[in-house]
Amino acid sequence: MPSSLNSNSIVSIFVPLAGNQKYELFSLPNQVLPVKYQINNRMGNKLLSYSSITKKIVMALAGLFLITFLVIHLAINLLLLLNDKGAAYSGAVEFMTTNPLIKIMEIFLFGGFAVHILIGVTIQIQNWMARPVRYKVEGFSHLSFFSKYMIHTGAIIFIFLCVHFTNFYFVKLGWVNPPAGVGKEDFYQMANLLFADKFYAILYIVLMIFLGFHLHHAFQSAFQTLGLNHTKYTPFIKAVSTFYSVVVPLGFASIPLFYIFIK
Amino acid sequence: MDFTLKIWRQKNAKAKGKFVTYKVKGISDSSSFLEMLDVFNDQQVTKGEDPVVFDHDCREGICGACSLYINGRPHGPDDSVTTCQLHMRRFKDGDTIVIEPWRSAAFPVIRDLMIDRQAFDKIIQAGGFISVNTGGIPDANAILIPKQNADASMDAAACIGCGACVAACKNASAMLFVAAKVSHLALLPQGRAEASARVQAMVAKMDELGFGNCTNTGACEAECPKDISIENIARMNREFLGAKIGSQKKTVKAGGF
Ligand code: HEM
Ligand code: FES
Repeated sequence: MPSSLNSNSIVSIFVPLAGNQKYELFSLPNQVLPVKYQINNRMGNKLLSYSSITKKIVMALAGLFLITFLVIHLAINLLLLLNDKGAAYSGAVEFMTTNPLIKIMEIFLFGGFAVHILIGVTIQIQNWMARPVRYKVEGFSHLSFFSKYMIHTGAIIFIFLCVHFTNFYFVKLGWVNPPAGVGKEDFYQMANLLFADKFYAILYIVLMIFLGFHLHHAFQSAFQTLGLNHTKYTPFIKAVSTFYSVVVPLGFASIPLFYIFIK
Repeated sequence: MDFTLKIWRQKNAKAKGKFVTYKVKGISDSSSFLEMLDVFNDQQVTKGEDPVVFDHDCREGICGACSLYINGRPHGPDDSVTTCQLHMRRFKDGDTIVIEPWRSAAFPVIRDLMIDRQAFDKIIQAGGFISVNTGGIPDANAILIPKQNADASMDAAACIGCGACVAACKNASAMLFVAAKVSHLALLPQGRAEASARVQAMVAKMDELGFGNCTNTGACEAECPKDISIENIARMNREFLGAKIGSQKKTVKAGGF
């Protein structure tokens, strides 16, 4: 742990363990704040005490996990395109919501999102602090254009995630009321209603474009972070990265496009 | 050639700086950027004004002393050269040139365009060396080193520690510098012995000094006057992870993960 970091934090998230024990999952340390705003308390600080490389490696692993998840999510969504009144789609949703293995994976998925986002925001704040005075003429040397806007595209994905959860997952949990006349597990009807709304459909397509921007840099960046940069494999990884960042968002967007133009 | 210069002026480390616009006239197109600044400073002194302070030493691209963020690029518009090797013919007559110091929390401005790069020295002191004298030149082939490693090591050793990577990076990250230093030693048998302790200590120091986190934008590689590749960063990440996983408990005082 870098010695300049003390153990003060602003917020900490603990997981209660048996007895009085607790495990500190995340803490937003004082160091992200200018000195005069730092709060002194005695809570530990875990996240920032990890080295920059470890943070990036964990973030890359979480990101790659999310990338695999997106493929599965897409495969299920594409069933909406079938002309079977949602039979296949509902079957898949049924499986995903009841299978115990998937239930376990769901925890990893939420964990993956949480870890990725928390580390992403933390390193971004540190990065802003690393350049307190900005240049008058901003640099344009970045080899990858989208790499400059990862926090912005990430934030847009995050907003989408919030909307998405309110529309589906929270309805299933019973936190949000389903649309009138629709069962709280009837994702097919919910999706139908949402995509029938032109505004939502277009918003969805726009958000998928931003997802593509994020993934275009993210996919290949994760491999570099993990230490895989090799004359033989890197060009291939970059090609797959570009392919993935176009095809997957396009796949997702094809569903609202289908609702707008065909259905 | 005549130029309009917009230069960052700052009295001392504490003072608030600002941009000041100047004119400079009669510059030869074959003078270097630093020679242009010399002419400009002459002009300042003759007028009884303060000359602009900037770092320089060898003026042949080998020491890493010169810096300057010129029109949005460290070391100016040319690839693979330092500011001292940049020629004024690279600009058009009458151009406006914005000159800023490197901007990083870890590189505070001392005065005008001069910055304090001791942070790099501190990273080297944390482990960027071989602790024992490795003797004179060994007999040819006494120590076998794959040509590939020797070349990669030599390429990394070309780093002159100027800090352009930090200046160019939107995160003000020092990863390329540290990776070059870690790599050039880790690739050779003499440096291998301490590789694990070295990478852990140097990365811990880098983090402590307030450099940003790498997000693989590649700006460092694009601006490095010595063309150090970000392959070195991947190598350092591998070295680091391997060192953390493989090191014995409490043998290395370089912190946890
Ligand atoms: C489906 C959702 C997402 C996926 C699949 C994803 C994937 C990735 C991957 C693989 C990386 C590269 C990691 C590395 O190089 O170490 C990355 C970087 C990043 N992500 Fe995400 N991400 C997602 C959502 C988000 C969200 C919601 C945020 C923040 C609010 C975010 C913020 C960032 C930031 C700041 C970076 C750092 C830039 C970099 O390392 O190159 N991401 N993402
Ligand atoms: S003055 Fe030595 S490298 Fe430019």
